[in-house]
Amino acid sequence: MAEAIVRFESVTVAFDGVPAIEDVSFEIFPGESRVILGAAGSGKTVILKTTLGLLRPERGRVFLFGHDITRMKEHELFDLRARCGMLFQEGALFDSLTIEENVAYPLLNQKSVSCPPEEVRARVEEALRFVELAHTLDKYPSELSGGMRRRVGIARANVTEPSLVLYDSPTAGLDPITANNIMALIVKERDVRRATTVIVTQRFQDGLIMDKYRYNPQTQSLEPAQRDGEGLKFLVLKQGRLVFEGSQQELQRSTDPYISKFVMRH
Amino acid sequence: MLDFLKPPVLTIQEFFILAGRTIRSIPRRPHYLNDLLMQMDIIGVGSLPIVLLTGFFSGVVMGLQMSRALQTYGAVSQTGPIVAITLVREMGPVLTAVAAAGRNSSGIASELGSMKVTEQIDAMRALGTDPILKLVKPRFLATSFMLPCLTAIADFVGMIGGYIIAIGLLHLTSAEYWNGAYRALEYDDLAQGLIKPFIFGMVVSLVGCFYGLRTTGGTQGVGRATTQAVVVAIVWIFALNALITKIFVSR
Ligand SMILES: Nc1ncnc2c1ncn2[C@@H]1O[C@H](COP(=O)(O)OP(=O)(O)OP(=O)(O)O)[C@@H](O)[C@H]1O
Ligand SMILES: [Mg+2]
Repeated sequence: MAEAIVRFESVTVAFDGVPAIEDVSFEIFPGESRVILGAAGSGKTVILKTTLGLLRPERGRVFLFGHDITRMKEHELFDLRARCGMLFQEGALFDSLTIEENVAYPLLNQKSVSCPPEEVRARVEEALRFVELAHTLDKYPSELSGGMRRRVGIARANVTEPSLVLYDSPTAGLDPITANNIMALIVKERDVRRATTVIVTQRFQDGLIMDKYRYNPQTQSLEPAQRDGEGLKFLVLKQGRLVFEGSQQELQRSTDPYISKFVMRH
Repeated sequence: MLDFLKPPVLTIQEFFILAGRTIRSIPRRPHYLNDLLMQMDIIGVGSLPIVLLTGFFSGVVMGLQMSRALQTYGAVSQTGPIVAITLVREMGPVLTAVAAAGRNSSGIASELGSMKVTEQIDAMRALGTDPILKLVKPRFLATSFMLPCLTAIADFVGMIGGYIIAIGLLHLTSAEYWNGAYRALEYDDLAQGLIKPFIFGMVVSLVGCFYGLRTTGGTQGVGRATTQAVVVAIVWIFALNALITKIFVSR
């Protein structure tokens, strides 16, 4: 079996002695997807930030692309981070920069991403066309709606074509139609580039879309996919602890009251 | 028993860690030249109005106070030297630094604080830039370079303020005032008058960056960080001023 892209070995991350995640272990292999569910404050964001080395574990070890990043120096991490994209929960677009500059930022600043300066604009335009926002190049983030900002964030996370993409609550606070459009974009990014994808969400439907659909480049639309639980797993967090890891069917069969709260019963 | 001392000691320790990392980052690449120039513009040119006004009026006030005091001894002609020495050694550096703390420590803390609470700092790190190099270093260099310049300007307009009083109220001649002022100043005074704002500039920027980067708790946290930055920067300025003055006096 191929080497795990992400591996957590009994990881504990604490703030001022209070653990935000505790004794969390899991692995993600190339091309797989993960859907992380959990209540507010259960540690979902902390897991994503720890994956990129933005937060350091108190105990345990974190591996990214096979490298132990637990004690790695910040400047050594940059090469590994350049192979990852992340959509932040709050969007985290730089509000002093235009949309074009925001999306160009990883191309221009990640040393290991080799993009000749004359190609930057073309790649930014392409990334923005992918999220259907090609007309907003010169606008500032404050001039866009919440859903548009989310899509710019997705474009920025994917512009370098990273092999691992992390999405923190991509649909939070959006209406159901926009939320489904965003999920469709995420599935499209995943399937066009075969990127390993992790999404954090409070909506079980988001996980279902990830599981039940795939993007067909011929018809340029989503179509139902037979996945049989292969490659996509759900993780459920409860107060910083991983209480479930398994396929969608296993998740729906679970009788645990906390877990079943996340699952819609039809 | 001494547990109550732990948080402040930890804070000071973290502050010095940031200061150390910033100083060590100076030769490191990449150098974000655009950011440096922009900060020099914001901090240097932007602070000019407040520095001109505070400098001028402190010169005027000093002229007025001296006139009263010196008239008693019939030593009005000493106005020039006294205004010059007080301004260059103490008033110029301290007032300019306090103005810069009010304007720039707070500005830096609120800008970096907002970036922190909206995850922009994390995004920066995730996208290949070190916030120390990209945010702290340009502000640190810009402030420690611009504050001596601003102080020199404040000293000069302050002397003009004193001059207006000397001519208008005390009926000194221009030559008496400026010659006196010029002769009174020694290299020691100039050294002191430039070393102080250089060090205050480091403090003003580092304190702003420090409180900005450790902001937590949303917009409320940004407000808190801003206030703390100004208060702490001003206290540091007065404490360091006493220390540097002591060193120069006892030489
Ligand atoms: N920078 C921080 N400083 C202190 N505590 C933090 C910090 N970041 C997270 N925490 C704490 O860690 C815990 C988990 O936070 P996290 O942001 O991962 O929650 P979450 O699952 O993403 O919640 P949400 O769905 O609301 O985004 C929370 O209790 C939070 O208070
Ligand atoms: Mg979160």
